[in-house]
This record gives sequence, structure tokens and C-alpha cells, in this order.
Amino acid sequence: MGIRTLIVMLVASLLVIAILATQPAYSLFLPQLLEGALLTAQITVLGALLAVVMGVLAALGKLYGPAPVRWLANIYIEIFRGTSALVQLFWLFFVLPQFGISLEAYTVAVLALGLNIGAYGAECARGAITSVARGQWEAATALNMTRGQMLRRIILPQAFVAMIPPWGNLFIELLKSTALVSLITLSDLAFKAQEMNQTTMKTIPIFTLVLVIYLAMSLVITIGMRYLEGRASRGLARGRTV
Amino acid sequence: MWDWSFVLEILPVLAHAAIISIEATLIGFVLAATLGLVLALARIAFPSTALPISVLVELIRSTPLLIQIFFLYFVFPSFGVTLDAFTAGVLALGIHYAAYCSEVYRSGFDNIHRGQWEACTALNLSSWTTFRDIIIPQAIPPIVPALGNYLVALFKETPLLSAIAVLELMQTAKIIGSETFRYTEPITLVGVFFLAMSLVSATLIRAVERLLNRRPAR
Repeated sequence: MGIRTLIVMLVASLLVIAILATQPAYSLFLPQLLEGALLTAQITVLGALLAVVMGVLAALGKLYGPAPVRWLANIYIEIFRGTSALVQLFWLFFVLPQFGISLEAYTVAVLALGLNIGAYGAECARGAITSVARGQWEAATALNMTRGQMLRRIILPQAFVAMIPPWGNLFIELLKSTALVSLITLSDLAFKAQEMNQTTMKTIPIFTLVLVIYLAMSLVITIGMRYLEGRASRGLARGRTV
Repeated sequence: MWDWSFVLEILPVLAHAAIISIEATLIGFVLAATLGLVLALARIAFPSTALPISVLVELIRSTPLLIQIFFLYFVFPSFGVTLDAFTAGVLALGIHYAAYCSEVYRSGFDNIHRGQWEACTALNLSSWTTFRDIIIPQAIPPIVPALGNYLVALFKETPLLSAIAVLELMQTAKIIGSETFRYTEPITLVGVFFLAMSLVSATLIRAVERLLNRRPAR
């Protein structure tokens, strides 16, 4: 979808929130929901940071690490891609304490979601790194660079550009999966919605607002990543421009 | 810490619940694959629907499945449509993944060479025949792996149904946990079950991919 349509959709969804805020039946719930949305945004941002770090590390480990590191990266990727995010959350939240490690719900949320998305991201990062042309490696070898220098100065900056679009999709997945943390007692947007739904039974206004707020948040991510994509691919003969 | 006799005790209960999870996956995916195809075809058959459909797809893809499940289960009764938990859950899964599948179908149709459409027009084939005999047989095989990935993704989302108390695998594990205060075995077993199923299906998808790649190049 074109960036203009996306911006129109974002403006429209913000307008809908603003118009609904003037209605007493809706404005009643808005402050609580926005409070929940703040927590959702926090978990998304922290989870995204963890996911990027884990994704790039696992991809590098899988591609260039010695055999034990490669196995470790593979096991990490397969386990976190192979099981449900909800199962991972519950495992960290309910099972880990029985081994003597008790984490706060907030920490569990960031850890589980970050590691989950990171495992998917590792595959994107791996694809992006291997998509850098062979000639770039050869030129770097010809310039007598060390392996670390090649990766840091030549390969990763180019791979980074190719990584942006798939990472954009993953960040949306991350935002959506933060709704799961409501099931481990964190009062995020989905939790607030359910809580108020149970006390007031005003289902329609609450869930309509929640859907529009999530939509606006994910449109911000999509538009932001498109912008980044355009910026990062300046001067390169690839990628789309804004 | 890990009690094998407890594992043996809960295994039959979990196995029974796994059947519900698999049922939800299959019904949900049939719904997603069909509805996705309808959406993708509607875009081609009626160009004026392209914008509303892409906005709809964007709406569905950018809001959490959990909220959509809640929406179907809690909000629809106020419109006079009361669904039981399993139906609401499966419907939400189906609609959510239909949005993803419709994009996959679209990429399949977009990859058909223009000349194929033009040849059909030249041969005076009706649009129904064109689709059934020329376009679909060429468009579907390349996208089977992508659809397969969404089948696995959908399967892994079925634990969400536990949030509206469908007695699938996760909910059963939670109930066992809260009754016996032993969460280690049930939740780990659920994890192992999902891991095993995804590894098996990943192998199957790769096999299907290889099979399809052996077809003569277009």
C-alpha cells in the first residue's frame, strides 16, 4: 500500500479517536485505555530493541560462528520459532519460578516477546547478510581488511538496508503480540479493555476504541519504517524512495 | 522437579485437548484459504473493490488477533449474534489469516505473465474458464509454501483461544496447573508438542516445495 494511503489512514484513525473522545459514552474509557496503550508502547519498544540485538547476533552466530555457537543459534531460532508466543510467555511466567528464577511480569513480557521476534528476525537478518553481493567481500579482502572490519564497515551497513522492510513487518507482529501480556496480569491496552468490559459491560465503545488505538500504533510503525527505508537507501541503487 | 508419573497421568488429557487445537487449526485454515481467495479474486474481478479490500486487509492485519477474538466473542452478542467460544475463536482465526492469505494469492496472480491473460481473451474464453483452467493452475503451485507457512503460524496462534475459555491445549494445561499447582510439566509438554508439530510441518512444507519445483519451468 502506498505511503499516502497509509498516512490518510493514520490521520483518519486519529480523527476517529478525537471524535469519539467528545462522546461521553466513549470519553469515559479513553484515559484508562491510553494509559494501557502507553504500557503497550513501552513493551513494544523494549521488545524491539531486544529482538534486533538477538536477531543480528543469532544470524551472525549461525553464519560465521564456530560450530558450538552455530548450534546454539540454531537451537534458539528453532525453539522460539517453533512454539507459540503465548506458550513462551507462560513458560517464563509460571514454570521458571519453579526452578528458582522469579521474574517480574514486565520483564517476562519484554524477554519472551523480544526473544520470540528476535528468532524470526534472525532469519531476516541472515537473508539480508547473505544477499550482499560477493564482490563486496572480495573487495574487502583485497583491501586487506580483517573479518571484523569487513562485517562492521562493509557488509552490515548494506545488509541493514535490506533488513528494514522485513523488520517493519516483525515490529507490527511484535506490537500485536503485546496483547498477549494481558494474560500474564500486565495492565496493557488489551488488559484495560477486558477489565473495563467486565465491570461496565460497555463492550462496543471499549473494543472499538481499542481496535482504533492499535491500528493507529501499527500505522505509526509502518509509516516510520517506510520513511527509514527511503532514508537508508539514499545513494544506493536499491530500495524504494519515499 | 520433573515428575514422569505426573506426565503419564496428564498426557491423555492433553492429547484429547490437542485434538481440539488441531480441529480449530484445520477449520480455521480452510476458512482462511477460501475467504482469502474470494478477497483476492474480488480485487481482480471488480477493480472498484480494490481500495476497500486493501483497507480492510490492512485493518485486520494491523490489529491484534486477541482483540479480534474478544470482539467476535464479546461485541457481536450486542448486535444480536451470539457465538459460542469455539465458533467465535475459529471464525476470528479464519478471518485474520484470510487477510494474510489474500495477499499471498494476490502475489500468485500478479506473477502470471500478462500474455496468459491476453491469450485467453484472444481464445474467447469466458472469465470463469480463464480462471479455472489457465490462471489458478499456474498461480497456486508457487504459493503453496507461503500458504503452508501461514498454516503453521495459524496453528501456533490457537493457544489464544484459551483466553475465551475454549478447552484447547493451553487452557487444559492451565487448568491442570491451577488444580495441582504443578505448572512445569503441563506447560513444558504444550511447548514440546508445538515444537514437534512445527518441525514436522516445516519438513513437510520443504518436501512440498521440492515436489513443486520439479514441475517443468514456465
